[in-house]
Amino acid sequence: MQISKSPWLLHYDASSCNGCDIEVLASTTPRFDVERFGIINTGNPKHADILVVTGGVNNQTRMVLKQLYSQMPDPKVVVAAGICACDGGIFKECYNISGGIDTVIPVDVYVPGCAVRPEALIDGIVKAIAILDEKRSKQLIMKQKTG
Amino acid sequence: MSLGIAILVVIAYILLTPAVGLAMEGYDRVLTARMQGRKGPPLLQPLYDIQKLFNKQAIVVNNLQTVLVLGFVIFTIFTGCIFFAGGDILLVFFAHSLSDMFLVLAACSANSPYSSLGAQREFIQMMAYEPMTLLAAIGFYMVCGSFNVSDIIAADVPAVMKAPGVFLGYAFILVIKFRKSPFDLATSHHAHQEMVKGLTQDISGRSLGWVEVGDLYEQVQMLAIAGLFFVWRNPWSYLLAFGVCMAIYFTMILVDNVYPRVKWQPMLAYTWAITFILGGGNFLILTMLKR
Repeated sequence: MQISKSPWLLHYDASSCNGCDIEVLASTTPRFDVERFGIINTGNPKHADILVVTGGVNNQTRMVLKQLYSQMPDPKVVVAAGICACDGGIFKECYNISGGIDTVIPVDVYVPGCAVRPEALIDGIVKAIAILDEKRSKQLIMKQKTG
Repeated sequence: MSLGIAILVVIAYILLTPAVGLAMEGYDRVLTARMQGRKGPPLLQPLYDIQKLFNKQAIVVNNLQTVLVLGFVIFTIFTGCIFFAGGDILLVFFAHSLSDMFLVLAACSANSPYSSLGAQREFIQMMAYEPMTLLAAIGFYMVCGSFNVSDIIAADVPAVMKAPGVFLGYAFILVIKFRKSPFDLATSHHAHQEMVKGLTQDISGRSLGWVEVGDLYEQVQMLAIAGLFFVWRNPWSYLLAFGVCMAIYFTMILVDNVYPRVKWQPMLAYTWAITFILGGGNFLILTMLKR
């Protein structure tokens, strides 16, 4: 059973300048039509399989990000969209930015760019979908081992 | 209808409905995509979605919710069983309200504000469409002289001949039942809902999978009731009823893509106005003709 045929997205703006956010939303428009891969933008962590985060993490968004991640049912993957989400970008040296989102939650796919292009983002999400299947099969093996 | 045939029909209903429902939903998503100028997902996408939901970790907000969701599924299937066994159409609508109530209670049982808001909106939706379902049942009685589905399908003329207003009113409330725009206030099947997910906000994993399965049964039986208006003694009328159901479904997808969502006040006003004018007017004419 492939879980990857129906990946549902959750998009969270950690502290983005909105450049990447616009591109994330653009990639869900009819022009790019991500629904052909079964992707749906759910906006609900409890239904989501893939967490797309834009922007670096600051003090205000750290707890929110942790909570969103913990509310997503396994298996789940995280995509860091844009250079700020990857490692902090040009805001890296700011007093309130702790860096990329991998300082708070584990990241599976890094998609750089300022702003990230819809093509690159869709490519990254397709990569994330493959990881989703890997995680599922690992889960099943763990289940069999533990009985 | 003899008991043997009734049991066979009910078994066929329980086994085949998910397939029919999935095909309907698959066409819905492809057609919606085409209407929006997109390629859209594969036809089997709803099946992939449900398969995935059953393979996800189950995060249960509280144990009561699981019980209530199962109650929704069981009573939805039970509703269809009464209908396809040729039972009482009034009982069908009452059992259907009960199953819907289970879903609302499941949403209420969670603490999330979105979930409670979705539950409240579902209640308003029920308030909007329930009068019409009751009128539909009474309409069948006035035309065919019986509440039993087995008597209605054995009538001399189709119910729609004498109760076209009731049929149109019933077709109108199907937009609410199928959670289509402009009346998808509580939750929506597509990703264009303004309130995240509403009713199903806190239902995840396997529970959400069960809700989706229950929805498949619900959609098929609601359309089947619309088809009942076109069935009479002639066996070919089942084909006609099937065609009418498909036409209604296509119209609903079109309406979904053409109209924006409305607030609950216009929804209630439109639905009750339609119920009163089409349903009530039809009754008035029928009563006058009988004198």
